[in-house]
Amino acid sequence: MVRQGKVSRALGSHGEQLAAEYLQAQGMEILERNWRCAEGELDIIAYDAPADALVFVEVKTKSGPGFGHPLEAITVAKARRLYRLALLWVDDRRRRARVLRVDGVGVLFGGQVPEITHVRGIAA
Amino acid sequence: MSATTWCIALQGLEGARVEVEAATTMNLPRTIFVGLPDAALNEAKERVKHGVKAAGRKWPDGVVTVNLSPGSVHKHGTHFDLAIAVAAMSVDERNEVARPLLADTVLFGELGLDGRVRPVRGIIPLLLAASRHGFERAVVPAAQLAEAELVPGITVWGVAHLHEVLEVLAGRPVLHSVPQAQPDEAAPASPDLSDVRGNEEARFALEVAAAGRHHLFLHGPPGVGKTMLASRLPSILPPLAPSEAIEVSAIHSLAGERLDGGLITRPPFQDPHHTASRQSLVGGGGGGEIRPGAVSLAHRGVLFLDEGPEFGQKTLESLRVPLENGYVSIGRAMQQVRFPARFQLVLAANPCPCGSHGVAGKECSCPPFRVRQYQDRLSGPILDRVDIMLQMPAVTRFMEVDGPVPESSAVVLSRVLEARERQARRLAETPWTTNNEVPGSYLRSELPLPDASPINRALALGKLTSRGVDKVLRVAWTLADLAGKEAVGSTELMAAMRLRLGDAARAA
Repeated sequence: MVRQGKVSRALGSHGEQLAAEYLQAQGMEILERNWRCAEGELDIIAYDAPADALVFVEVKTKSGPGFGHPLEAITVAKARRLYRLALLWVDDRRRRARVLRVDGVGVLFGGQVPEITHVRGIAA
Repeated sequence: MSATTWCIALQGLEGARVEVEAATTMNLPRTIFVGLPDAALNEAKERVKHGVKAAGRKWPDGVVTVNLSPGSVHKHGTHFDLAIAVAAMSVDERNEVARPLLADTVLFGELGLDGRVRPVRGIIPLLLAASRHGFERAVVPAAQLAEAELVPGITVWGVAHLHEVLEVLAGRPVLHSVPQAQPDEAAPASPDLSDVRGNEEARFALEVAAAGRHHLFLHGPPGVGKTMLASRLPSILPPLAPSEAIEVSAIHSLAGERLDGGLITRPPFQDPHHTASRQSLVGGGGGGEIRPGAVSLAHRGVLFLDEGPEFGQKTLESLRVPLENGYVSIGRAMQQVRFPARFQLVLAANPCPCGSHGVAGKECSCPPFRVRQYQDRLSGPILDRVDIMLQMPAVTRFMEVDGPVPESSAVVLSRVLEARERQARRLAETPWTTNNEVPGSYLRSELPLPDASPINRALALGKLTSRGVDKVLRVAWTLADLAGKEAVGSTELMAAMRLRLGDAARAA
């Protein structure tokens, strides 16, 4: 785990809170937050009923536009790791769905309202 | 969403039209280039991204795919940056890029991380190609505006920063002043022929070579002034015609030269060192990009090979084709490129490695086989292509300093100009302009001789080859042109044979 300062941890969890609210507004059911195992952490696990999909969401939060787009921080290797974690979660929780999907949600502060970007299916 | 801009991909001096398309899809942010970009062009990703941000515009979200079409043509160089940046910006509505002008505008320029537009290589061939492909407008780096304006048939707008490009497209161009070109003033003047004292025969041979663009071979011991003489050849060559000047400037621009002083109007002079590689002489280069070599940089000018035998034999042999055809075709696995290479060859050589072989009063210290090896390096085929062989004897007496000052370059140049005019008039109906270009068949059928017996005698003795005969005829015509005569007489013929064969002509 990367050590983070208080402020940055607070920023991250605030971003995750916003992301969760956003996903709920999109009609998803939040199943679990901050699931950890030896391999790493999943920020949000949700269920997308219309698609019958288990959605594993990685949330990236940036305090301002000077650091690039929040989702730029998700590399291909990271996305692949998230998918592996998703399989571990399914194994652990014994929950089934037709589709497993990894999504990215970027939260960008700095404007009047935080800007939220949601990209579906970043890894398979 | 997608957007299109236009650029040019160079292959040699030829340019292919390249459509730069950008499109976005929603996924993790990433930029992808497709369409055979080389390493330098692939790095444009980072330059362009930062340049766009520095111009205060938004780089589109998600996956940005940049397609350089046609996908089968190799693209290299950094001049695509501007076209890529504008295409990518146009994808995002928020950037408010004005699109109406994009369809007939080409964009050239390399971007800095701060959005500055930097100069690119080969701006003149790029613009020539763009104008041939029917583009009306070109955006070029402001620093190269002086060069760019030399190209006829296309309107150029100079830009110093990426945001200025957007202003140009919106119809509000930022004006950049063109630094006033000062041709020839700054350039170091070529040394003058009046420095060459004595040696009347050598001066005359040089004048003949200049008048007919004949290839010249200077042979003699060290210190007799071979290099001195050769370096003064450009000073007695006529300036380039406007169409030639564009052609020559395009080649030099491709080689990366800055032409701030305007078009090249003087015949270029190339004197590669004898350690030069074959690629540097003929053209070539790695990384999929083929650059013109010394033979092409000497196009319409002079290629001077000092210490001729010191060049590798393979290197010298590679000159045979350009000497014959006037161009070089360079083949690589993926492409074939042709550069013009109609140069005037001046070769200089010592008689042997130590330089004293056959010089009266001196003893050569080289073993005989070394002398032979040295002389063999200038092979028959190369020497057979030379029109004038000049034996320069060792200086045997000190020139009087008080003697009359020899003619200056300007005086000789006026005679050369007159002779060139005469040639142009005689060859007006043909595609050629100087005696050296005229093929043998035309020489023999259209330009009759008074008396061919000396030539026949030399042929019978094996002193001349058939190609040699053509060369003698060409030089004879140049002599007639210099003398202001309308036809070749036996005097000119004998003198031409003397020039062509050096000492061997006396026996014939």
